[in-house]
Amino acid sequence: MPSAPPHQPLLYNDGRGLFCPAGGFHIDPWAPVPIALITHAHGDHARAGSARYLCSASCAPILKKRLPEGAVIEPVPFGEPIELRSAAGDARTARISFHPAGHIRGSAQIRVEASPAASAASEVWVVSGDYKRQPDPTCEPFEVVPCDTFITEATFALPVYRWEPTDRVVHQIATWWSTNREHGRVSVLFSYALGKAQRILAELDALAARDSAFVWMRESGAHLHGAVVPLTDAYREAGIAMLPTQPVPTDTPARRTKNEYAGQLIIAPPSAAGSPWMRRFGPAASVDTAFASGWMLVRGIRRRRGYDRGFVISDHIDWPDLLETIRETGAKRVLATHGYSETLAHHLRDQGLDAAPLETQYGETEASEPEPEARASTAEGAN
Amino acid sequence: MRRFAQLFTAIDATTSTNAKVAAMAAYFQEAPPEDAAWALYFLAGERPKRLLSSRLLAQWAIAEAKIEPWLFEESYRVVGDLAETIALLIAAGRTTDDSATDTDHNLPLSRWMADRILALRGMDVSQQRNHITSWWRSLDTTGVFILNKLITGAFRVGVSRTLVVRALAQAGEAPAETVAHRLMGSWQPTAAFMRHVLAAHAPSDDHSRPYPFFLASPLEADPAILGPITDWQLEWKWDGIRAQLIRRAGETHLWSRGEDLLTDRFPEVTEAAARLPDGVVLDGELLAFSGGKPLPFAKLQRRIGRKEITRRVLRDAPVVFIAYDLLELDGEDIRTSTLRTRRAHLEEVITDLNSPRLLTSALITADSWPAAAKLRNESRDRAVEGLMLKRLDSPYAVGRTKGDWWKWKVDPYTFDGVMVYAEPGHGRRANLLTDYTFAVWSDDRGGRELVPVARAYSGLDQSEIAELDSWIRRNSTERFGPVRAVSPTQVFEIAFEGIAASDRHKGGVALRFPRIARWRKDKPAAEADTLASLRGLIHGPPPQATLFDNL
Repeated sequence: MPSAPPHQPLLYNDGRGLFCPAGGFHIDPWAPVPIALITHAHGDHARAGSARYLCSASCAPILKKRLPEGAVIEPVPFGEPIELRSAAGDARTARISFHPAGHIRGSAQIRVEASPAASAASEVWVVSGDYKRQPDPTCEPFEVVPCDTFITEATFALPVYRWEPTDRVVHQIATWWSTNREHGRVSVLFSYALGKAQRILAELDALAARDSAFVWMRESGAHLHGAVVPLTDAYREAGIAMLPTQPVPTDTPARRTKNEYAGQLIIAPPSAAGSPWMRRFGPAASVDTAFASGWMLVRGIRRRRGYDRGFVISDHIDWPDLLETIRETGAKRVLATHGYSETLAHHLRDQGLDAAPLETQYGETEASEPEPEARASTAEGAN
Repeated sequence: MRRFAQLFTAIDATTSTNAKVAAMAAYFQEAPPEDAAWALYFLAGERPKRLLSSRLLAQWAIAEAKIEPWLFEESYRVVGDLAETIALLIAAGRTTDDSATDTDHNLPLSRWMADRILALRGMDVSQQRNHITSWWRSLDTTGVFILNKLITGAFRVGVSRTLVVRALAQAGEAPAETVAHRLMGSWQPTAAFMRHVLAAHAPSDDHSRPYPFFLASPLEADPAILGPITDWQLEWKWDGIRAQLIRRAGETHLWSRGEDLLTDRFPEVTEAAARLPDGVVLDGELLAFSGGKPLPFAKLQRRIGRKEITRRVLRDAPVVFIAYDLLELDGEDIRTSTLRTRRAHLEEVITDLNSPRLLTSALITADSWPAAAKLRNESRDRAVEGLMLKRLDSPYAVGRTKGDWWKWKVDPYTFDGVMVYAEPGHGRRANLLTDYTFAVWSDDRGGRELVPVARAYSGLDQSEIAELDSWIRRNSTERFGPVRAVSPTQVFEIAFEGIAASDRHKGGVALRFPRIARWRKDKPAAEADTLASLRGLIHGPPPQATLFDNL
């Protein structure tokens, strides 16, 4: 277990999460702590068992659905600074605030301003959580927060990862559904239950509104796997416009002569792929499957997972936006977490920045788009 | 190229084989034959002689993408395919509408090949670079990917040759077996060839063309399920090179199963075959052979890939052709007659020839399956891989048609090894640690250490691969480029077909076809096998019993 380094930085991994001694809190802890600041509600960042949770105001209703009944959740509006006090009995405090990260609804970067030691000058650190710069109708757009040290995610930190404009990918999804509909096939689109599913439902709704060729999508609506339903409800309650949806009934379907799902769009978490749940949609020949994920950019990964189609749409930052964001923050030092953190740090050092990977336990459940293979080791994510 | 790119996209966008076949059939019908011929050429797995090295292509891509070489390497490791890595780095997100020149997209595939890609061969390196980088700049992502595949000649897009044959049969007028036959041997991707492939009747214009090979299926069950043993012909399963020997129009042709022409590589065999009657095609096995018995496969291996056949090579590794079937007699295709009949003709032909270089595969007599099983257990001592079981009244079919030909191999050797290294695979296994190295304990006195003895890629199922990948990532101790050293705690049972002493391998042994039999989660690393126990499996000189004692 890592212990406090001798020079004690403002934030470090104390074995339970990113710990800030000056403010007595942890960010996205993976073990129970007294005060947990949560960047967003995905399972690998928001875990049960802490005494108090602080998160953005729009994250709170979603976090409530993800944590056990009775968890103490304190919403903090974006941009509003609050003071937290050291638990060590010294007089130190940290000034923290939440800023939009654009990853999923309510996702936040956390800005921390404090002195690492009693006599030292104060520093500004920003923990990005997961984030993206592409527009997303379901969440608040990413905001650049200037800082001295930037702790960034590195899920897709390789130059091959460059996202296409969202409109183009959404058009591909709608066309795929449309073609399957003409042939009477069921379209099963796998996507992460929180964030990606709602983003796609919102984008398809917007496409139906602006392009008369797709207006039928609003009449048809989509069918949701049980894991996607409560989160979609939470988004709808927050006023996000999405395609109409209805749950796929949980009872075991009787044998039918006619496939009631022919031509329909089903949205399900990737864990449903290949499960008995899929049988209700008829024989494999009448079902077309697709996965909406940044990982689908690489042909080999898509073919290995056996989906018919892969739609490259991600809630994580791609390579060019990542480099641009680092520049814009003006950070002198960059610490990289999950994914290709070593590659990113190496590249930034080549560019003359102070950079290093930072060991964490993020990116270990499917909700946050880990490497597809990590899926087998965790059952979390589809709740 | 637009139409070919569309075909590629259609094939790539489905996992249904019927949909793939339908897409190809539509393409073969609609595309001009001169373009369709090239598409067929690549889809069937043919490739032109190498135009330029992958290394050069990578260098130019690094310059074009303006990234550090190590970052290119990292990207390549994740993507697992050079053509795709370059396409993603140079043309990511670019679509046809964005591209500067439309002519590149619309230029037909045959013109791309003839005027541009094959024309690279005569150019110097800087000219090649200018052309290729200018195409990279104008094509869209798929276009760049396909272009790179055409240049490097490694065009595997998830369709097997069987599927291509089915598509051609759908698109044209010839049945699948005829199409398969027309695609055998060497051919040029021309419009005339394309019409020939699709035509209902075509004169057989090529005397060198082999028949499609009939492949045996592995027998996993008790042979008793095959019915009475008297319905079956039993032979040894030879450990050589499957080949077809053709004598037509006064010429001899020798083809491997991989459809390489071997005629010049085995002069002792082709010289003997010159005395065969005209219009004869034999199916059989090439074996290094001396004193009435096979020599180790390694001897034969030294003959493959060797262009110059010196007197010394001929003396060290003399080769024979052991015939086990007759496919053509007096110029007539007799594949539909029964094995019983074909075998009788085969024995006549070989007896008349009376050459020590052309033999028939001995028939094994066993009056019951248990008796056959007993003979099978002698396989290792006889330097064969087991038994072949062939139904006596079966025709000679195409491909792996199940039911009439079985290979009943002897159980493989096994040892328990400790995983010590892992590295990522390619293609479908990109970014997944699937290439493993296994070690056994040295038996030196004073301190045991793990000595790597085998690398294996296959044998685990998808979920085990995923679990192991995740374990390796959490238990890597060191990295050497793409290779990770892992904590030596996981034990695997490794199966292999043969073992020989080798001074080129660290452990002093070379294993044939090592693969994972199972993951021994129950076994601690300390209980893995030792080098001494592996060496104990190396046989002395081959036994004296001759294989042809029943001839």
